[in-house]
Amino acid sequence: MSSEFTITVNGTPVSVSPGATVAVALMIAGRPCRMSITGEPRGPLCGMGICFECRAVVNGIPHSRSCQLLCEPDMDVRTDE
Amino acid sequence: MGKPAYDVVIVGAGIVGAACADAFAERGLRVVVVDRDVVGSGATAAGMGHIVVMDDSDAQFALTNYSQRLWQQLMPELPDNVEYQQPGTIWVAADDEEMTEVFRKRDYYQRRGVGVDVLDYQQLQEAEPNLREGLVGGLLVTGDAVLYPPCAARFLITRAQQRGAKVKLGASVTQIAEQKVRLSDHQEISAEIVVNAAGANAPDLTPALGIKKRKGHLVITDRYPGFLRHQLVELGYLKSAHSVSVDSVAFNVQPRRTGQILIGSSRQYGAEHKEVDQSMLANMVRRAQEYMPALGMMSAVRVWTGFRAATPDKLPLIGPCPGYRSLWLATGHEGLGITTSLGTARILVDQVTGSRTAIAAEPYLPSRAATEYAHV
Repeated sequence: MSSEFTITVNGTPVSVSPGATVAVALMIAGRPCRMSITGEPRGPLCGMGICFECRAVVNGIPHSRSCQLLCEPDMDVRTDE
Repeated sequence: MGKPAYDVVIVGAGIVGAACADAFAERGLRVVVVDRDVVGSGATAAGMGHIVVMDDSDAQFALTNYSQRLWQQLMPELPDNVEYQQPGTIWVAADDEEMTEVFRKRDYYQRRGVGVDVLDYQQLQEAEPNLREGLVGGLLVTGDAVLYPPCAARFLITRAQQRGAKVKLGASVTQIAEQKVRLSDHQEISAEIVVNAAGANAPDLTPALGIKKRKGHLVITDRYPGFLRHQLVELGYLKSAHSVSVDSVAFNVQPRRTGQILIGSSRQYGAEHKEVDQSMLANMVRRAQEYMPALGMMSAVRVWTGFRAATPDKLPLIGPCPGYRSLWLATGHEGLGITTSLGTARILVDQVTGSRTAIAAEPYLPSRAATEYAHV
């Protein structure tokens, strides 16, 4: 698709389509959203902003719900903090 | 009448009752602990869980300092889930008047061998970069620690059980009489002595103790590792915590090992219901944001309340209860029960067994209430 753009996930560029959520970008990148306190990988469960499982650090803001955020060009997403 | 089944029956399996059970069992006494709920379910679960030295009075200092040392001795034995860590407390001074208090406090602690460092504005900013600009300085008390109280209570109860103590949970004590307690199922437990360690509920079983419920609110945030490094308390806290009649809030935050942040504190008399008071909560959070503006960006995971057992002179009741032959008290710890539980237990057990107490027990004797509280 011509209008694809790039965000970074843990510093690595990921190409996404307009309208993609950050949760989708993380799936494309093959990354869990975060690690739980006991070291388990976590990802989207409800997909609608209720369960808080899909939290990631987006543009420096911790605990952002990745399923509720649309990707924007040059967005910086971190799952390793 | 035969010999009572136990030497000691303890009412309440909060941190104070748990510490007493452990200390009595250590001396070889036959102990049973009764609680209407589970271990550490009252103020023990609701509080922040600090192990702090306080200097509200010489007696308060003596008990908190003694207790903190006992915690430090116990530390190597504490299981991982107690989450004991020693970040230290910083008393934050917002103006020159409060900075004067920093120096007074430093002198008081230093003379008594407590490790303290005065922080100027620069050092305070380096120690806690998320504090707002324009504060004056602070006092770091290096030995202060935090832990997770319900697990600490469970550890103490478990150790008491290993030492032979019995624990009866889900059993509500309806009456304390000489050498026995009566349960809601009409069962009776007899013992040489009864210890009322029921915290803010102690007066329900032993009237006229002078204990009042003092309600508090707490907030816990999501995980923000590194945001907060020490326990922080505003020195204005002294003004609010000392007032025994007016509702108040004060800035008090605490880092947890998970990276979560506990935000307090509020104090309310005459609020008997457990419901969160939205205006109190709003005032408390606003106060916290005045000191740490970025707290406003955080997600709170949970808000709850609890009841401190407050006495008029802000010292606990430890010792024989006037008017009874076999009733002893270990209650009235206000907001310091986690810290002072270990010292309380030692003092009580030493009194009961006729041993010498490590610190003077007189300031905490319940009999003081008969004279001092008469005019309150």
